[in-house]
This record gives sequence, C-alpha cells and structure tokens, in this order.
Amino acid sequence: MALSRLSSASGSNLLKPLTSALSLRRSISSAAADDNTTITIETSIPFTSHVCDVPSRTVETSPKELMKFFRDMALMRRMEIAADSLYKAKLIRGFCHLYDGQEAVAIGMEAAITKKDCIITAYRDHCTFLGRGGTLLQVFSELMGRQGGCSKGKGGSMHFYKKDAGFYGGHGIVGAQVPLGCGLAFGQKYSKDETVTFALYGDGAANQGQLFEALNISALWDLPAILVCENNHYGMGTAEWRAAKSPAYYKRGDYVPGLKVDGMDVFAVKQACKFAKEHALKNGPIILEMDTYRYHGHSMSDPGSTYRTRDEISGVRQERDPIERIRKLVFAHDIATEKELKDIEKEVRKEVDEAIAQAKESPMPEPSELFTNVYVKGYGVESFGPDRKEVRAVLP
Amino acid sequence: MGIRRRFGRLITNWVDRKPFSTSSAIVEQTGKPLNLYSAINQALHIALETDPRTYVFGEDVGFGGVFRCTTGLADRFGKKRVFNTPLCEQGILGFGIGLAAMGNRAVAEIQFADYIFPAFDQIVNEAAKFRYRSGNQFNCGGLTIRAPYGAVGHGGHYHSQSPEAFFCHVPGIKVVIPRSPRQAKGLLLSCIRDPNPVVFFEPKWLYRLSVEEVAEHDFMLPLSEAEVIREGNDITLVGWGAQLSIMEQACLEAEKDGISCELIDLRTLIPWDKDTVEASVRKTGRLLISHEAPVTGGFGAEISASIVESCFLKLEAPVSRVCGLDTPFPLVFEPFYMPTKNKILDAIKATVNY
Repeated sequence: MALSRLSSASGSNLLKPLTSALSLRRSISSAAADDNTTITIETSIPFTSHVCDVPSRTVETSPKELMKFFRDMALMRRMEIAADSLYKAKLIRGFCHLYDGQEAVAIGMEAAITKKDCIITAYRDHCTFLGRGGTLLQVFSELMGRQGGCSKGKGGSMHFYKKDAGFYGGHGIVGAQVPLGCGLAFGQKYSKDETVTFALYGDGAANQGQLFEALNISALWDLPAILVCENNHYGMGTAEWRAAKSPAYYKRGDYVPGLKVDGMDVFAVKQACKFAKEHALKNGPIILEMDTYRYHGHSMSDPGSTYRTRDEISGVRQERDPIERIRKLVFAHDIATEKELKDIEKEVRKEVDEAIAQAKESPMPEPSELFTNVYVKGYGVESFGPDRKEVRAVLP
Repeated sequence: MGIRRRFGRLITNWVDRKPFSTSSAIVEQTGKPLNLYSAINQALHIALETDPRTYVFGEDVGFGGVFRCTTGLADRFGKKRVFNTPLCEQGILGFGIGLAAMGNRAVAEIQFADYIFPAFDQIVNEAAKFRYRSGNQFNCGGLTIRAPYGAVGHGGHYHSQSPEAFFCHVPGIKVVIPRSPRQAKGLLLSCIRDPNPVVFFEPKWLYRLSVEEVAEHDFMLPLSEAEVIREGNDITLVGWGAQLSIMEQACLEAEKDGISCELIDLRTLIPWDKDTVEASVRKTGRLLISHEAPVTGGFGAEISASIVESCFLKLEAPVSRVCGLDTPFPLVFEPFYMPTKNKILDAIKATVNY
C-alpha cells in the first residue's frame, strides 16, 4: 500500500535539523511568533519526478512560519471536526466533504504562492477557502446556508468561492473543474502578470477523460497551469489501484512533467508548489501529485471504514499526520513548549466555537434569493413555500 | 433470494390494470415487504441469474453501491460480472454500449443522475443512434442505464436533479421511472431485457421510504404502458416516480372538497402511452401534470402539447403544470422549489373551478 511506503521514512530524519542557526534556547512561543530566524530543514522524503528536475529537499523556514503553519492547520482540523458535529446535528444539510488529514496541501500551497495566483478545486473545499483568506464565520454561515456565507448561503458545503483572493471554488462534478483551471491559466498567460493557476483534483477524478483533454490543451498552448492531484488514495470507496492502471498520477501527463510530493509534509508541498510555479511560468503545465490522506469518509454519508481498515487510518495518524509533524519540528527546535502548543489548540477551538455561534445568528437568505443569479436579472417568477399562505417570495 | 422458480415464469402479470392506489399494496402473489432498493437488488439478482450474459457495473457497485442496490451481487455472481469502474461516466457508458453491441446485457450504474452529463454524448450520439445509422446492423439494445434521480430533502445542487426531459428528446432510447418497489422490480427487469437502450431513473427519495409487498419470483411489467392508479371523474393527474406519492396526497385532500381525481403513473416517458392519458382526459376534461424538473421544457410540456392537440374540444380548462421552478436546484430553498402537495391542490382547484 502506498501508505505504508512512507512510514519508514517519516519517523527519524525529519526531527534532525540539518543545520540550525540557533544555538540559544528560545523560551516563549510568543517571541517565536515573530521570530524570522532562518531554520534549515529537510523534507520528509525525496521528491520523485517525471521528465523534469527535482527540487531540493532542503528548505528554509523560521520559527514564525512553523508556528503559523501549526496554528493554521490546527484551526482547519478543528473547523472540520466542528463541521462534522454540525452535520450530525442536521444544522448542515446537503452533501459535506471534510478535509481533515489533508491540511498540509492547502497550507503548503498557499505559503508558496500569492493571492493573484488562482486556485480551483472540487467539492472538498472548506480548507482551501480558509487558506485563501476566508473567515470561519463565512465558512460556517455557508455550511449552514446563511446570508453571511461566502456564497450568500446559496452554495453550501461544496460551493465556496472567494473572488478577491483568486479562489474559483468549489465545484460539484468530479474532474469538471480541471479544464476550467486551464481556461483561467489561459487568461493569466494573456495578462502577462506572471501568475499561475492551481487546478486541484482527486485520485478518483484523475481517471476522468476531461482531465486528459485539459492536459493536452494546457501543454499545447503552454499554459501556466499546475494540475494538483490530491491523492488521498480513495476515489469515494474505491482504492486507487482498483480504479487506475497506473496510480502514479504524476506520470500520467506523459509529455507533461510531474512531481510526486509527500502531501502530509507542509514543507514538501511548499517547496513543490514554488518549483511548479517557476516551471509553469517558463515551460507550461506540470502535475503535482500530493500523497495525502483523508481521515473522514468521502462524504458525511460514508463512515470511511468499510473499504479500509481502522489500523490503516490510525497508522497514518501516528506516522504521517501533518500537524504532528510540525509539532515535532517545533519541539526539536525548541520553539515552543508542549503547553504553548496546547494553548494554541484551545484558542482555535474557542475561535471555531465563537464563529459557529455567530454563524447561527446569521439569517437565512431572503426567499427572493431563490430567483436571483440564475441569469443577470431575476427570472420574474413568483413562488411559495410548502404552505403557500405562510411564505411567499418577494421578487427582486 | 427467490430465484428458484425462475424458469418457466419469465413473463407473468403482464397485465394488471385494476385501479390500484400507490399506497395500498398491490399484491397479486404473496410477497415479502421490500423497500425500493431491495426490490432493485432483487431484480438485478434475477437478471444476472437468468441470463449469463448480463453484467452490472458502475462506481462502487462491487461494494453494493452508495444506495446498497447492488449489495451481494459481486459475492454471488463474481467480480467478472459485477464490478467497480473508475470514476469516469463517459467511459462507463461507452464501455456499456460496446459490451451491449456484442450481444450482452450491460446494466450500467451512474451513481447520481446529476453525474450523467459527462456521459450525455455517449447516450445521445452513440447509444441512441447506433441501430439507425448502421441500418440495423448494430445496436446496443442490451444497455440499461440505472441512475438515482430527484430530491431527497437536502441534497443540494448536484444530488437532487431530475434530468429525464433531456433524454426524452432523444429518439432511440427509452426512459423509464418507477414509483414503488414492485414497479421498480418489474420495470427494471423489462428494461434489462428490452431490445432497446433504456435509461432507468430510480427515485432515490423512495429507496428506503417506499415499502410494499413484492413477489419474489421473476416478473416483468410492460414498458410504454401507463397505469391508472386511482380512478376519478373531475380531473386527470399525470406524473411519474416519487412525485406520484405527493400527487396522491393532493388527490386525497381534493376528495375532501368533493373533487374526484384520476391519477396516472406514466411509468415510461418515451415512448409514452398517449392512449391511456387521452382516454382519461376525454373522460375528465381536465389535465394536470406534475414533475420535479423545472417547468420550462420539462416532459410535462410535451404531454400538455400532445393532449391539447388531440383532446382540444374535450378540455374544459387549460392544462396545468405543477413542476420545479426555473432555477437551478437550490440548497436552502428546496421547499420553495418543489411541486408540493399544496401547490398541486391549489392547481387542482383552480383547474376544476376554471
């Protein structure tokens, strides 16, 4: 299995700093939060490439960045756990796909690019949205279908968007967002502003025909498109090897270069995304296969335990968890104490709870919103609620 | 499963035209109470058992499918006949057409009707026209496409749509939608054995909700034959699938006001049973059609136009359509969008009092 492959590599060498510019022991994490001192570390495992160079395993970071990664990922984790409970309490309706386990991909990618670069993804989009600068309040309001949501409560879990930060959403049909991403990249190539598009898809979507159409188009026209395969090893309930003749997704572009990345290591993701952006601007498309894992099932109606063992899940949690990796690095470099990290986790928990309470206050959208945004103007139809005496839509 | 009696009873109960109600169980033979997904499951068991050239495949089908319709099939018939496909709808259906063209019965599952659109080209351009354009040398008549359709109360944009009208515009395929477990079993077996490609939409709201006694043996229900499930004199209501139970509730309410409604389950949308609907409208003089899909360009429009053509002088009121709204299927606004009982009841009254 792909999962056991990495476990041997992960344990020991990540903890050992290659060089550390620090000799003095830091005492408090609050200082660490502003500490830009350079720390040099090595990514968990080497990158594997397909018809391109390999980026260096050595990456530079700082206590500040480490603490930020820890906090951001802890926040995402907590947010998804809270979404799970809200769904079970029926406050979130519709379909809901959680991202916990895959946080390093969203965080690492964001750390390597700017908000002028575009991201487009499928329906597992909560954390990508948060990474692009969305707020918890927008997340929970959207999840519960409230006015305060990032799509005015009209999209729900699968349809988060943030235009001002180049986040093109939030798409419901498997694989359909990838050709769209190529269109975005074409627009960027025209505007010559040195920006790129990251089009995310899963290992399940990797077998969709339109993905290959998108690859051909972007290679043919040298588009600055980065196709990011978030390989969490299961397309819904089907293990990758059952669905793909070649689960080496980074190689499947044939004439398009690819890179296989440990998607559980935020620094590997960051390094790869930086590399990919430079490559894409110079040479056109590239595939990044992020080897990652989702702890939850495919969606809320999938317990996630029928097609994989509990041991497998707990094994990944113990060996490869992206947050635990950062926690170990923080300790190894004496950046913060265990208690300080625990305090951060308490803080984010509180932040999430507050956002949920606030989101619950946000009103449901006006009934007339049912008719807006279908076309530029409303369609001019009147409608009624289940009881047409009580609820009537006022048209815009 | 009850497959012991499979031979010699392939075709039973072709005709049962008693005025049944959807809720009062239709029992011809003794059968066990089954819900809709179990009835589908039983039908698939029988299809695989009775014809060794039957194959069942689709996303997650080998594990029983997301709605459990294919539970136990892979264990019983082996992974060479019941198998998972990659997540690629266009590929699934293209593959199914090829398989069927070699004389097999290919039962392809699209996990949600909302996901059928990547395969639209294969259905419309390849499957539907294969026989015609090859001058009858080739066909993919063994192909049956199963897909759960319709609202579930909280499915949102991409797990609730009713795309039947798109396929009703395509000569060469049949479109069938059952309303209950017994209907699902009989119709699905007919679809699988029909020599034409069929799109079979299953009302996912009813998978667990709808329970009735279903005969265990192999039986088929006729395609292109509507069923009058409730007789009445004042107005004809036509629908299909899950919407019928909503319509029946409206009929019961209307009865309290002294309005006698005739309710027809169309069952096969193309080619549809005009005779039954026409005969009913000639009797009642009024017609109401209801479906979840948006009203504009929905299949209700076709029924309405046809009936106006053939029964113009018998009509005492304009044909009424109570359907989904012309918006994308909404998430939080689902109760507004849906053609609910009260909307139908209002339309019944308005039509009768026209």
